Amino acid sequence: MVELFSQISAYMIPAIIVFIPLYAMLRKKQPVYEVFVDGAKDGFDTAIGIIPHLVGMMVAISMFRASGAMDAMLMVVKPVFDWFGVPSEVLPLGILRPITGAGSLAFTADLIATHGPDSLIGRIASTIQGSTDTTLYVLTVYFGAVAIRNSKYALKVGLFSDVVGFVAAIVICMLVF
Amino acid sequence: MMVNWIWLFLIVISVIFGMINGNMDGITQAAFDGAKSGVTISFGLISIMVFWLGMMKIAEQAGLLEKLSRMLYPVVRWLFPDVPKDHPALGYIMSNLSANLFGLGNAATPMGIKAMQELQSINPDKHTATPAMCTLLALNTSSITLVPTTLIAIRMNYNSANPAEIIGTTLAATFIATGAAILADRWYRNRDKGPPVPYKKQNGLSTAPDVHTPSTVTAIGGGSGNG
Repeated sequence: MVELFSQISAYMIPAIIVFIPLYAMLRKKQPVYEVFVDGAKDGFDTAIGIIPHLVGMMVAISMFRASGAMDAMLMVVKPVFDWFGVPSEVLPLGILRPITGAGSLAFTADLIATHGPDSLIGRIASTIQGSTDTTLYVLTVYFGAVAIRNSKYALKVGLFSDVVGFVAAIVICMLVF
Repeated sequence: MMVNWIWLFLIVISVIFGMINGNMDGITQAAFDGAKSGVTISFGLISIMVFWLGMMKIAEQAGLLEKLSRMLYPVVRWLFPDVPKDHPALGYIMSNLSANLFGLGNAATPMGIKAMQELQSINPDKHTATPAMCTLLALNTSSITLVPTTLIAIRMNYNSANPAEIIGTTLAATFIATGAAILADRWYRNRDKGPPVPYKKQNGLSTAPDVHTPSTVTAIGGGSGNG
């Protein structure tokens, strides 16, 4: 099982990198390099575009941690997390993830910077951040676009799946790494 | 929006705690450090984003996204039983899901919005979400992503020995979360039988309340597509 996970991880990217251009060139006669460059231009704008969001969130989270407020908040839940052997540092991420994409990304980066990308905390944080989208944002954008006011049970379903994803990410990381 | 309150909360609480702990210098320093790492991380994202979006453009031009879309058809039919068979909404839903799979958030969102608009066109009550809309939302909030590019970039930035090692765990977690979303969505959908869906109205007849396979009936209601 563990072996399988690391195999998937190791092969995924090389497989995609080789398959896509090969298919495009041989089957569809696409000028692959030129198409690549064309699409790559968007990547720059995307990365630069998130600077304001990330700076704003990073400032707030960095202050929150330095002030000792984060530790005070975590003190309450620490015994429960300790009992399961789960690092309590990841809890704020579970709270931030459904609410703000930039905020949780900033928090994940902060955890990775503090504890190292290859620590259990770093790995759990990466997995949580990568495995779901920002529920509140998606709800606002999608329903906002068609002026839906009564979203029925959609928020509950989204939050439920966030909780499940959060727990699953922790359990899986603790089993695999 | 809630984000504004959270942001304000974090800053205000930090300053209050800083005052109590007499650590104002530390707070100031932390604010500037935070701003700096915000920029550093964004710059770290450039390399992967440029590379990945280039790759995805090739996939798109080669029709791979479309191919994947078509493969998703049976799944989408099963997930959205009350959308008429040939309705354009299904096409947009499939594009939305496949863009999500490839981690193309920027392409997924417009497709998702188009799908929502199409679903809205067959919505009898324009202010209330239909079950199909809720399902589409559930799929997008838990979005299945094959390669979490942003995370790999950040891990690279902080000198991870193996930045991509989290792909497997992320895939597993995302599948579980999506599964949970689909189950919860189904549960709610069956529980409150939803608002009157178009086909029931058109029937007029007293269909049994627990009619559960509307696919044949909806086919009649189909063809009311628009541009």
